Amino acid sequence: MASVPTSARVVVIGAGIVGNSLVYHLARLGWRDIVQLDKGALPNPGGSTGHASNFIFPVDHSREMADLTLDSVQQYQEMGVFTESGGIEVARTEERMEELRRRMSSAKAWAIDSELLTPEQVQEKVPFLDPSVIVGGFYTSSVGVVDSLRAGTIMRERAMELGALTVVPTVEVVGLDVEEGRIRRVRTDGGDIEAETVVIACGVWSPQIAQMAGAQIPLTPAVHQMISVGPVPVLAEREGEISFPIVRDMDTFCYERQHGADMEVGSYAHRPILHDPEEIPSIEQAKLSPTEMPFTAEDFDQQLEEALELMPEILGDEKAEMRYAINGLLSLTPDGAPILGETPEVKGLWSAAAVWIKEGPGVGRAVAEWMTDGLPEIDLGHSDIARFYPHQRTREHIRARTSEAFNKTYGIVHPSEQWSSDRSSRLSPMYADEVARGAMFFETAGWERPHWYESNARLLEEYGDRVMPREHEWDSRWWSPIINAEHLAMRDRAGIVDLTAFAIFDVVGPGALDAVQRIVVAQADVSLGRVIYTPVLDERGGFRSDLTVMRLAHDRFRVVTGGAHGMVDLKWFADRMPSDGSAQVVDRTSAYSTIGLWGPRARDILGELTRDDISHTGFGFGTCRDIQVGSLQVLASRISYVGELGWELHLPMEHGAKLWSMLHEVGEGHGAVPVGIGVYATTGRLEKGYRAYGYELDSERTIVEAGMQRPKVKVADFVGREAYVKQREEEPRTVLCTLTVDDHTSASGTKRYMLGGEPIVSRDGGPLVDGHGHRPYVTTAGSAPSLGKHVLLAYLPPSEAEVGNQLAVSYMEELYPVTVGSADSTSLFDPDNERLKA
Amino acid sequence: MTLVLVEVEDGAGNGAISEMSREALTFARRIAVPLDALVVGRAAAGVAGELGEYGVSRVYEASGSAFESYAPAAWAAAVVAASEASGDAGKAVLAAGTPRGSEVLAHVACRLGVSMAANVVAVENEEPFTVSRQVLGGAALEEMRLDDATVVLTVAGHTTEAQPAGTAVTCQVQPLDVAVSEQDLAARVVRVEPGEADASGNLKSAKVVVGAGRGAGGPGGFDDLLELTELLGGSLGVSRVVTSLGWRPHHEQVGQTGNRISPDVYIPCGISGAIQHWAGCSSAKTILAINSDPDAPMVTKAHYAVIGDMHEVIPAVNAEIRRRRGA
Amino acid sequence: MDVLVCIKRVPDVAGSVALTEDSMDVDARHVGYAVSPHEECAIELAVQVAKATDGAATVLTVGDEDAVEQLRDALAVGCGAAVLIEVEPRRYGPTDVAAAIADVVRDHEAQGRSYGLVLLGNDAADTGDFQVGVRLAYELGRPVVTGAATVEAAGESLVARVEAPEGAAVFEAPVPAVVTVMEGGVEPRYPSIPGRMKAKRVQIETVTPAREPVGSGRVRLHLPPVPPSQVEVLGKGAEAAPAMVDLLERLGVVR
Repeated sequence: MASVPTSARVVVIGAGIVGNSLVYHLARLGWRDIVQLDKGALPNPGGSTGHASNFIFPVDHSREMADLTLDSVQQYQEMGVFTESGGIEVARTEERMEELRRRMSSAKAWAIDSELLTPEQVQEKVPFLDPSVIVGGFYTSSVGVVDSLRAGTIMRERAMELGALTVVPTVEVVGLDVEEGRIRRVRTDGGDIEAETVVIACGVWSPQIAQMAGAQIPLTPAVHQMISVGPVPVLAEREGEISFPIVRDMDTFCYERQHGADMEVGSYAHRPILHDPEEIPSIEQAKLSPTEMPFTAEDFDQQLEEALELMPEILGDEKAEMRYAINGLLSLTPDGAPILGETPEVKGLWSAAAVWIKEGPGVGRAVAEWMTDGLPEIDLGHSDIARFYPHQRTREHIRARTSEAFNKTYGIVHPSEQWSSDRSSRLSPMYADEVARGAMFFETAGWERPHWYESNARLLEEYGDRVMPREHEWDSRWWSPIINAEHLAMRDRAGIVDLTAFAIFDVVGPGALDAVQRIVVAQADVSLGRVIYTPVLDERGGFRSDLTVMRLAHDRFRVVTGGAHGMVDLKWFADRMPSDGSAQVVDRTSAYSTIGLWGPRARDILGELTRDDISHTGFGFGTCRDIQVGSLQVLASRISYVGELGWELHLPMEHGAKLWSMLHEVGEGHGAVPVGIGVYATTGRLEKGYRAYGYELDSERTIVEAGMQRPKVKVADFVGREAYVKQREEEPRTVLCTLTVDDHTSASGTKRYMLGGEPIVSRDGGPLVDGHGHRPYVTTAGSAPSLGKHVLLAYLPPSEAEVGNQLAVSYMEELYPVTVGSADSTSLFDPDNERLKA
Repeated sequence: MTLVLVEVEDGAGNGAISEMSREALTFARRIAVPLDALVVGRAAAGVAGELGEYGVSRVYEASGSAFESYAPAAWAAAVVAASEASGDAGKAVLAAGTPRGSEVLAHVACRLGVSMAANVVAVENEEPFTVSRQVLGGAALEEMRLDDATVVLTVAGHTTEAQPAGTAVTCQVQPLDVAVSEQDLAARVVRVEPGEADASGNLKSAKVVVGAGRGAGGPGGFDDLLELTELLGGSLGVSRVVTSLGWRPHHEQVGQTGNRISPDVYIPCGISGAIQHWAGCSSAKTILAINSDPDAPMVTKAHYAVIGDMHEVIPAVNAEIRRRRGA
Repeated sequence: MDVLVCIKRVPDVAGSVALTEDSMDVDARHVGYAVSPHEECAIELAVQVAKATDGAATVLTVGDEDAVEQLRDALAVGCGAAVLIEVEPRRYGPTDVAAAIADVVRDHEAQGRSYGLVLLGNDAADTGDFQVGVRLAYELGRPVVTGAATVEAAGESLVARVEAPEGAAVFEAPVPAVVTVMEGGVEPRYPSIPGRMKAKRVQIETVTPAREPVGSGRVRLHLPPVPPSQVEVLGKGAEAAPAMVDLLERLGVVR
């Protein structure tokens, strides 16, 4: 028995696929003195890795997950533990078939070789499948199975060969000591380990371990049922572990995977069965392993019937017996994404949890890179543990959302689909009025935000076909032509937007200027009352964020950023404050409400409510200051994300409702309408070519590629400066362009409207490849009602990035002609920004 | 008066009181002395001396045609007759917790219309009469009240050390008249077939047993184990999960409900040591566990252990044995 | 011949045992429930005997409504009908269980469904009473064999083999009879998917017992102390092989 060392450079808790990948990649990146612990025995310590089905379907709608999966597959292949089997997702309904066509889009966008099959073609590959039950299939030849336990052993051994790793199994962590906000020590039943860096890679146990340090990892253990049926003669007569493609029966949320002579049937269709982490049995109490819980047969009966329908010949064999059946535990998170990164609560304490076999090694590599120099090659923005607001870490929220998410595992999830559980957690002060106006609420970070207002339906008549109605149900799901009507009314008159969901924080103190200057790209040393819009970069020159900063005083800057990403930005700033305490970050999100007022009549409306000088000369673009609006003191900031004259009006939360009603009262006379986020975040910004973080901007993109470079680089040093200067000197490998759709008519005659994620190809359907080796795909799609066009943003190969260039977009397996309208940040609408500066 | 049903070992030149019956006699002295005993289907004279050493002053002997072949109900009739003959209020009837002891006493309890406590390990209280007995194969104990005028219980094996009484008494043999009805003989042994050795190499009587559990990994994971078994001239025994998964045949199973083995050496490989398995192998004289988990119950209960993956350890052991034999 | 097989839902304990807070039951939340291996074999024997004699196998349990799960499991492997005697299990001792089963056997007989053979497990995996089968036989006035590995029908009698170290004792008993089963004589089968489907559709007969139970006499459960480990570790991995062979030589098993 290896004994527990008394100190370590880093302690990795957990020896499942994640912990094993992580110790290997840390060792490869030069880390030494790594100690890996597990309370179970090796090679299978009893976590979810031990009972995983171990198959990998590489196609995912999320680029982040697709990249992590592809990287993982490469790693598994290199280790010699990957067996390619091919895989087929079968559809029983036309609706599902449409979803499979959409998967073809994702496959093409991520350059994964896939094809659609007829039922007969499916049967050729899987002879025991009844083709009459299905309408088609989506075949990916690179689907395969891995030996994740073997992979884990190989990776541990490699780390040990480098002299970097000590593995101590069957040792239980009993405490984590935190001093002055930093992890100091791991206490185990085999002794204490001093360590400044600790990673929790404990799968379903992660919340409990994190809790020992006062940190939260918001996941919940949930049951995934599976059975093994066998021996099946048809399978037994073929050599080897797997000789038939894995079948995912998408409409019944089941999969059938060959295991030698047995067929494994797994399901995500049953009721969500959630457990509390503390309910997981100990290794001693468990019958099989702690994460292989007793099978509850009645939950599985429906799935059996459906599986039998699909594969009557082999599953209906009376001699094929159900010999193994478990309620396997896996980790679910509120938004379905992994939980990676340093915990916001405790410095040096990292999470690498809620990771599946298919992305394990990729996550191990990315987190190791992140821990080494802060720069994972694959952007982990959607998996960052810092993304959660406090309410999203509560047990109730986690359980509500994971229950809802569970059945989405194989579901047809619309890109705009809204959660239905645990809503109304964060309400702006004008919420009641918005409800009265028939707001259709979408959720961001718990905030209820009107996406459009049914009360504006009357505008549809006013604008007629200019609202660009959509015929197809899928294209118009979670959408309304009212959005476009609101857009047009704003462009014609004025729109009033509830922006309370903004995350707002101040950087204060004598060192505030230096601190901000060091973090942002734009010149922060500006006069008081200036507003700057700026990218925030990482050391490699990739985007960490884009946001606005108001200089409110010589020693006070106010940062305004999107609600969804706000907590991550807050941590990014807080992590970079000077160690002498001369500047600090103060979260003001819950203190301020923000209302946007934009449109040609904005000045008239605000002018009726204030005696302050708000003329163009008196209140120039890009400035901010306190004004009096009626009896309210308001911080007005003259900027716009929709390309119109107007202001963001910031004021204490409790005043929000009053300002909202004052603006509407006066605005009505000017034809102002309430405008939802559908305009603010999509149509308004698209017409102006504004980029959005998480869509066009992430750590894999540069300022130059996004076409956002300014003539000069500020002299003062800032994070990413060196890389950015270098990027400016090189030819970009890819260029963000704005495209318009020339013809929407599909083969059936229905007009179709892309929603984002679709591949951009040559006019005749040929693939395009940019300088990174990536295939272009649509990062944002939406209406540009003022132009009467459907607009797409996409990074194109530089040779294709030419205004007027004619290409095509592939949507639901059909090609639609598109034309490049802009090959830089020049906007299609009001390219000279006359409206902004009116 | 306390009555103990005594089982006598069969076999040539044996004729001694069985170990578990001696344990039951020792236990019975804690309830009340002197003891009465009952021997069924054979002469009691041969064991009277030994019974005296254990504090039995009178042994009933039930013999005759009704007892020539084993019929549990007839044995029970004998126990009831002996119990009546021994007189006294506040009686107790005991037997060893063997298959036969349990079976006969269950009949006795039915005939007397009283409760029965199986596999008792201790008397906890006299008033109300409360015992502790094994449940869950010994993994837990139940405190149980017995409120009837006659206490019927079996004594769990290997929980009481058999010890003669401090002072021996003279044990009288008393023939017993038992009225056995036709119905009592309805279910009876008609013949005994000698056991045959099977593929497990006569697991129950093997001197060396190599055990294999889930750690074997699959039906193909037994080659090295079978080689070791052959090198040691032993038998292969497996845990229940192995037979459940269909990796090995059922008759190779060791455990509470499988074979109960008592070899000189038991070498469980990759067996975690579930309570059911332990119940089947705990009588082994020496246990040498091979397991990758140093905290596995099998390891902590073993006399010796090698920590490691059985698939690494066993081939090395096989090679080492071959090497030494070759030398 | 129709066969009745009686089974019991028991905690599927394998590792360390946990008790409920009142110490009256095993806490089975983590381990789930099962029927014991003896009873799995009894089910298999019931199905085999019924099939060999053109009869049907019925499964019965005494328990709460959750025990339907175990009835369905038995239906999935070949029993054709199922009876739940619905009770609060902890109030029922072996005498009560035997009496409740006997009442059902008599009721069924009165309805024209008589069981030539009633099978049970040799002993319950949880309570280890070693007596329900015998008590049932006395209630019904039938002969009983306990601990049988196999049982076959031979005309108007049954032949049951009881395995013992010295060999197999072959019992004969006239029909109708009660036999309790020990694991080892037959391999219990696992359900097939069609079997499981059939099981789902069977209507389960639910019976409420008429008699008040007398109880089991249980005062409480407790766990025996774990003796300290005395293990001597010979070494780790393949390197321990010489030490292990040395030991085997000392023990006289390698020569």
